Amino acid sequence: MTPSYYLLLSALLFAIGAVGVLVRRNAIVVFMCVELMLNAVNLTLVTFSRINGDLDGQIMAFFVMVVAAAEVVVGLAIIMSIFKTRRSASVDDANLLKY
Amino acid sequence: MSVLLAAADLVAQLPAQDPPPVPPVTPPVVDTVTTGEAVVFWILGPLALAGGLGMIFSRNAVHSALWLVLSMLCLGMLYLTQQAPFLGFVQIIVYTGAIMMLFLFVLMMVGRDSSDSVVEVLRGQRLAGAVLGIGFAGLVIATVARALTDVDARGLAAVNDSEGGNIGQIGRELFTTYLFPFELTSALLIVAAVGAMVMAFTERGPGARRSQRDLVEARFRGEYERPSPLPGPGVFATANSVATPALLPDGSVAPESVSELIAPRERSTLTGDEDAVAGRLPTPGARALAPHTDAAGTDADAAADADTAVLTENPAAEPAADADTTAVTTVTGDTAADEPTTVIHADDTDATEAEGKNR
Amino acid sequence: MLTLAQEAAQEAGPVVGAASGLASMAWLLVALPAFGALVLLVGGRRTNAWGHWLGCATVLAAFGYGLALFFDTAGLPAEERTRELDLFSWIGVGSLQIDFGMRLDTLSMVFVLLITGVGGLIHVYASGYLADDPNRRRFFGYFNLFVAAMLILVLGDNFVTLYLGWEGVGLASYLLIGWYQDRPYAATAAKKAFIMNRVGDVGLALAIFLLWRELGTLDYTEVFARVGELSGPTITAIAVLLLLGACGKSGQFPLQSWLPDAMAGPTPVSALIHAATMVTAGVYLIARCSPLYNLTADGRLVVMAVGAVTLLIGCVIGCAYDDFKKVLAYSTVSQIGYMFLAVGLGPFGYALGIFHLLTHGFFKAGLFLGAGSVMHGMNDEGDIRRMGGLRKHMPITFVTFTIGYLALIGFPFLSGYYSKDAIIEAAFGEPGWRGWVFGGAALLGAGLTAFYMTRLFLLVFFGEERWKTLESEDGRAYRPHESPLVMTVPMIVIAIGSAAAGFFLYSGERLVGWLEPNVGALQEHDHGVLPHTAVLALTMGLIALGVLVAWLLFGRGEQPVARPARVSLPVRAARADLYANAVNEWIIERPGIWLTRLAVFLDNKGVDGVVNGTAALLGGTSGRLRRLQTGFVRSYALGMLGGGVLVIAALLVVRYS
Repeated sequence: MTPSYYLLLSALLFAIGAVGVLVRRNAIVVFMCVELMLNAVNLTLVTFSRINGDLDGQIMAFFVMVVAAAEVVVGLAIIMSIFKTRRSASVDDANLLKY
Repeated sequence: MSVLLAAADLVAQLPAQDPPPVPPVTPPVVDTVTTGEAVVFWILGPLALAGGLGMIFSRNAVHSALWLVLSMLCLGMLYLTQQAPFLGFVQIIVYTGAIMMLFLFVLMMVGRDSSDSVVEVLRGQRLAGAVLGIGFAGLVIATVARALTDVDARGLAAVNDSEGGNIGQIGRELFTTYLFPFELTSALLIVAAVGAMVMAFTERGPGARRSQRDLVEARFRGEYERPSPLPGPGVFATANSVATPALLPDGSVAPESVSELIAPRERSTLTGDEDAVAGRLPTPGARALAPHTDAAGTDADAAADADTAVLTENPAAEPAADADTTAVTTVTGDTAADEPTTVIHADDTDATEAEGKNR
Repeated sequence: MLTLAQEAAQEAGPVVGAASGLASMAWLLVALPAFGALVLLVGGRRTNAWGHWLGCATVLAAFGYGLALFFDTAGLPAEERTRELDLFSWIGVGSLQIDFGMRLDTLSMVFVLLITGVGGLIHVYASGYLADDPNRRRFFGYFNLFVAAMLILVLGDNFVTLYLGWEGVGLASYLLIGWYQDRPYAATAAKKAFIMNRVGDVGLALAIFLLWRELGTLDYTEVFARVGELSGPTITAIAVLLLLGACGKSGQFPLQSWLPDAMAGPTPVSALIHAATMVTAGVYLIARCSPLYNLTADGRLVVMAVGAVTLLIGCVIGCAYDDFKKVLAYSTVSQIGYMFLAVGLGPFGYALGIFHLLTHGFFKAGLFLGAGSVMHGMNDEGDIRRMGGLRKHMPITFVTFTIGYLALIGFPFLSGYYSKDAIIEAAFGEPGWRGWVFGGAALLGAGLTAFYMTRLFLLVFFGEERWKTLESEDGRAYRPHESPLVMTVPMIVIAIGSAAAGFFLYSGERLVGWLEPNVGALQEHDHGVLPHTAVLALTMGLIALGVLVAWLLFGRGEQPVARPARVSLPVRAARADLYANAVNEWIIERPGIWLTRLAVFLDNKGVDGVVNGTAALLGGTSGRLRRLQTGFVRSYALGMLGGGVLVIAALLVVRYS
């Protein structure tokens, strides 16, 4: 067994997160799915770090976490503000910007 | 996208036909996966997958969040096994601990009303999403499998064993090679914090804020629904949940005491307490705390009374329950489903009122 | 350039000298009428009171200067009479350098005198004829504009200047034919004249383009000096194209049908523009290009054929018309046919054509002025069947008209006798079948001319006074009266010219000798198909026969006022202009309309279809594609994931295929 299995696990998790983004309508759950995708990427980075034998991948994962944190903060604030005005957290209800 | 890029890099950099001739002076250190790690992987990996799938499939957002926590915890553990102790703990503490709690906070504020309905409005979205997801996973797995079959990991043992260990080395890298991006992250975080504040901030006009005295006077003038604050939740020996309603002196339930955003799911478990307070129980017994699912006449009446009390503003108006209400109650109590239909109904009626009561 | 021109002139053609002395003021000839036109057209109503006098004065002043210039030129030796006056550089584009200059030679001097002299007299006449017209001042503005343009036409020293004048007279002609703007047929006639002239102008323009392409110059001097460099077919092509232009301007077959309609304009216009001067511009063009026509026998043959056909057409139709001015118009068509026939004879006829042009200018102007005088006194009535016996009421008009009439039919010792008979003789001088055909046509034309002119003359001035019982269209009774002095004096002067010009120009071969430096010496056939005396006798006999027949038919007894409806086929054909309009309609107009409709159809269905179809396709497609923007974020996310899958698949295919 090689560390590649971690990559396969990561791909599966990423795919699950992507599907979740596609099928879930609750904006918060969609955000959770995005978080899952980011975590899958982090797993990839950590695995590559191990395969390559240096720490660059881990540091990259660290940065991903920071960016994810910032994203979550802003994203949740957006969801809050939308919820305050529209009384709904469904991404399907925010569909005014269209044809 | 980053995975896409990584995959692209892989494809571009690692030719499958002839691996790049690495001329190492010293024979490369090969980091094999030990049996213990394999065992851990085969336990945690499926668990992580189960967490992801559970997150997708649970219709309750809180459950989704909990499933995600499971998945993240598994990932954190996997980081630990992959010689990334710092990241592993950061994952568990920051991600699982902080960020997911933030999610739960927001869920608490937004409420559970936004849980998905069963009907998918976009035609073919679920099918297409599933097909694309499976296709994506298949393609990436094929790529990875093809590209990395014969690749041996070098392992981080040498790095982690050097000065300062894993954390020390990461710190060294962060503050030397990656100093500028690191500083950029600080800017990013402060901007994100300020942005979140700006967006979550509710503007009030000058003078709009009333003093307590003003509020009291306004209440008594009738500008609000009721002059007094809402009653707090009930506190019983068996439950201290905010979902537990308060009981009025006559044993009936005070409907305002429970936030409408909170499912009064535990109501049925409190029937005994209600009866005890109301003095309706002939003899106190251990069965008082059991659910009243049997069709005993008095018990059924009491349960019906209690349940309708939640649904109606004035419990005294309907002293006797009819068969329909009983049926509803039975269903609610029996299935113990995540979301009783009545609750959804109550939530949909007037969210504004609900918020007003929350406040 | 000057040396080149001199070298060329030594080879062929006269020496071209620079104009000096009196001749250096030759620009005055154009400038005077142009100034008059400018003042009258720009000045507006303020010039109403004296506008017509200014108009007459400019032309008469130009005539005075032209006369002085003529004598100045006549004082020079024959070989120095061709002079050029460079005024300014007009068009300079690359190798196309065109100077605005004037060529003062014997040919142009003759035309200057005709245009300003006869034109001046007609100006004076018009001031009386249009005395009641509130827009008389504007009329004189147009008239002066015409004179200026005509002088540019004949004085220009290159083909582009000629073209400028050519279009200028076309414009003036258009404006004056449509003078009576409130009469629809006048407007239609003006448009018809304009369009048919454009057809001819295309030919002229193409000829100029060809000359430019082949020779690289458009100056008369250089072109005629180097015309020998051109190949035969090119010369013939240029000759035929020039002839097309000449036909358009001169109302020759096949473009003759506009000229009779042009009589819708006031009578002085008909007299000056559509009889004496402008319509002879075609003859001038061919005479001017004589060095070119000398080199192409085929081109001359075409010119002769056109002339012969036209003169017969004009005669035949003239016999059938009852409209005073239209008869004269067809007479003009026919006489210009004679001129074309003459210049088509080449060295045997250039001078004769110009000769006939001059005499015709006199007597036809006189006839038109007489017609105008008669119509002026008859409430503008034009139908000769409603006239009759007018000789007692308009004695001066009668006398002057008689002189013009006799001059036209070629009565001995009047001007037509000298000019027309000379053309008939020269036509018979051609060898072989040409002599018979063209001579015969000219001879027949002379007889027919005598017939229709006598008919006209008798119906107007003799016989019963049929107008006594009739009323004009506006309900007034006819009160024929002699015209005022301002009209009769020019008529008298022109009548004297009609009578005497022929003999004056003929005696001692004055005109032929005068024109020799520019159109070459007049040659005479030694062995024609008929001897001169026989031709003369035949001509006189036919003329007498024509007069006699006309007198027998129209001079005796009662003439019906209404036009006889049941007439023989030839008369019916002649009344229908020998179906010229119908032919034009069938050959040009109908196919043109069909073509236009086809083009419109193609434009609507084809071009617009393509354009609108493209727009509709894009609009429809985008309207449907627009629906992809559902506003649902999840749809967009689906698209993104699909794109990512495609990218990965593509990478895999590229890498591992």
